[in-house]
Amino acid sequence: MIAETGHYALILALAVAIVQTVLPLLGARLRDPQLAAVAAPAAQMQFVLVTIAFIALTIAYVTSDFSVENVWRNSHSAKPLLYKISGVWGNHEGSMVLWVLILALFGASVAAFGANLPRQLKANVLAVQGSIAAAFLLFIITTSNPFARLSPAPFDGEGLNPVLQDPALAFHPPFLYAGYVGFSMAFSFAVAALIDGRIDAAWARWVRPWTLAAWMCLTLGIAMGSWWAYYELGWGGFWFWDPVENASFMPWLAGTALLHSALVMEKRDALKVWTILLAIITFSLSLMGTFLVRSGVLTSVHAFAVDPARGIFILAIMGVFIGGALALFAWRAPLLGQGGLFAPISREGALVLNNLLLTTACAAVFVGTLYPLALEALTGDKISVGAPFFNLTFGPLIVPLLIAVPFGPLLAWKRGDLVAAAQRLMAAAAVAIGVAILLLAFQRRGPWLAPIGIGLGLWLILGALSEIAYRVRRSGAGSAEVWRRLRNLPRAAYGSALAHAGLGLTVIGIVATTAWRSETIVALKPGDTAEIAGYELTFKGVAPNQGPNYRERIGIFAVARDGRAVTALLPSKREFTVEKSATTEAGIHASWRGDLYAVLGDPLDDGAYSVRLYFNPLVRLIWLGALVMFAGGAVSLSDRRLRVGAPMRGRTKGAPAAASK
Amino acid sequence: MTRKQRRGILIGTCLTVLAVATGLVLYAMRDSFVFFYTPSEVAEMAIGPGTRFRLGGLVETGSVVRGDGTTIRFVITDQSKTIPVTYTGILPDLFREGQGVVADGMFEADGGFHADYILAKHDENYMPPELAEKLKAQGVWRGDANAKPAPGN
Repeated sequence: MIAETGHYALILALAVAIVQTVLPLLGARLRDPQLAAVAAPAAQMQFVLVTIAFIALTIAYVTSDFSVENVWRNSHSAKPLLYKISGVWGNHEGSMVLWVLILALFGASVAAFGANLPRQLKANVLAVQGSIAAAFLLFIITTSNPFARLSPAPFDGEGLNPVLQDPALAFHPPFLYAGYVGFSMAFSFAVAALIDGRIDAAWARWVRPWTLAAWMCLTLGIAMGSWWAYYELGWGGFWFWDPVENASFMPWLAGTALLHSALVMEKRDALKVWTILLAIITFSLSLMGTFLVRSGVLTSVHAFAVDPARGIFILAIMGVFIGGALALFAWRAPLLGQGGLFAPISREGALVLNNLLLTTACAAVFVGTLYPLALEALTGDKISVGAPFFNLTFGPLIVPLLIAVPFGPLLAWKRGDLVAAAQRLMAAAAVAIGVAILLLAFQRRGPWLAPIGIGLGLWLILGALSEIAYRVRRSGAGSAEVWRRLRNLPRAAYGSALAHAGLGLTVIGIVATTAWRSETIVALKPGDTAEIAGYELTFKGVAPNQGPNYRERIGIFAVARDGRAVTALLPSKREFTVEKSATTEAGIHASWRGDLYAVLGDPLDDGAYSVRLYFNPLVRLIWLGALVMFAGGAVSLSDRRLRVGAPMRGRTKGAPAAASK
Repeated sequence: MTRKQRRGILIGTCLTVLAVATGLVLYAMRDSFVFFYTPSEVAEMAIGPGTRFRLGGLVETGSVVRGDGTTIRFVITDQSKTIPVTYTGILPDLFREGQGVVADGMFEADGGFHADYILAKHDENYMPPELAEKLKAQGVWRGDANAKPAPGN
């Protein structure tokens, strides 16, 4: 009964989505405010219906209703509750429902908080959102029905893939999807502007908070995925340039560019056409990410054939939305009018450079990700494109951007002064270069590029601090004045400084781990000791353990440093009985220097175990940096200036800060 | 600065960055692509030592020998040709005799294949899709009814 309710709610949601698409568009066309006003309640209704469907599916999972095929395939009665819930989106059908749920949530938020949007723009935006929802709901209902029944109902389920039974996996997809789907807002606004044939700076002010929120979610989602891969896959790596990762990284790069170009549009009324195009590209890449991961086309063009109906359906959705939006763009963009040109050395110029490098780097990733597919489809040759390709192409394109980042916020709008900006960054540059030279002099091993990379990360962090310092100290202010200015600095300034500093932290983490990690593989008998990066690990033996739905062998290692006991590491190997599958759980000891990381391997013939040990210096900075970037986004989002024309609710809260300016 | 000059600088910068990017991509394409072959294809192609590729097939039953320390020897087969492989390190959780495997590495000067990475993953019935395709084409492997697409995340 519950499953049927969910199924019915999905079908109703499709009907509502079609209404939400057609009537407001007609209303906007015919200048009929009543027709246009249908959009908001329809969007809210759609959210309610998709929520009902989602809850129905969750109930089916929590109660282990194996008469629902999707639950039978992906769950098991012995699975812990957390994974029964996260199992809802740990499979194709359920994750598509989550996708649509988040889409509906964004639509409903526009309906609820967009009271001060121009009526016509709001109607068009919600109509475009409705059309995306309609397409995906149709996809779910026709090819991926999560509520299909099985008769007779099996006694127990097949279980969830063990590598997905992890707390990080419970949160990673929702954030990733919130990011992907969040960019649909920018897309809908862009298409609405094209339909209207009108766009102004206010448009950018409405779009920016949505884009920022989506970007924050995507940043966190990618970071969680990387963190999960780090500790779960047992390779000690944090990023593999795997096509699935690239599929989420490309929208992030384009979305980062979009955030910056929307800034130019908001402040200077320039780059209009480009910003619209970027909004379309960003969401197109999000759709492509969904397509690549969901269709199975990634592992092989032929895997596509596992379920051609799905792949072709998503391909058709992509074709309609991307092709349609680009055609609309080609047709209507000339109407939008050119913004003014500006001096190359200016804030606008710096942001254009940012966009240029980000989109080019994104294109390089795109080529590396899709070239194997194209080659296989055309010639049948199977190749894999690994890290070397991306290091060679992405690296050189992104480094100039990292060097340029601190300059951007210090350049004035319209016409900047590069020499003055450089002077203000003198201290940051001196420290960064000094540290790089010191490291280069004392480095015992590792590539010569590594100290330069660390210097670059420091440059980003100190550059961000320099900007704040310059803003509060200019024209020789006293300490009271400095304090007052610190408090009155717009939150957006702190936000961008934080985000840039977070990027610096991530860069340092990546460089340090990649260049200076230690790795060793040893065969250890109980009582043996291995040494890595100054730690001595004594292998005490292996203990069996019974988990809720797995059996495991836990390796016990006593860790000492300079003769003093530090901790015990307990890496394990888990055998999941239901899924007939195994996972590796690394034992990790984190310190400020880095992570000691141990993986228990197979038993060898002579009673020894093979053990893989890593020391990953400063690796946590990678994810700490992502968190700081997220915090930067949050601080920026709380800025009153961004909220003008966006959610009404926050206005009163932001008012005191505004009044003091 | 005139309008024309400004536009010139903008277009010039864009073209420069694009040219550099294209150059990098073309340069990187030359030797960072890794091809995938089955033992039969390797036998036909006579790949020399030092060329990295991925070798895919089944782990021949009874061929796994754990040597001294952490070095492991086994044989990859596609039922018509076989290639002996050495690997130092920890095998993936789902490495089993008779199951599909992909070894990433190159031929050593002595003619043996040395793998730097071993890929074998997901669930017991999992067959790397590129391998399944090739083995199916060779009629060695019939596919299995339970095959489901690799879970993405």
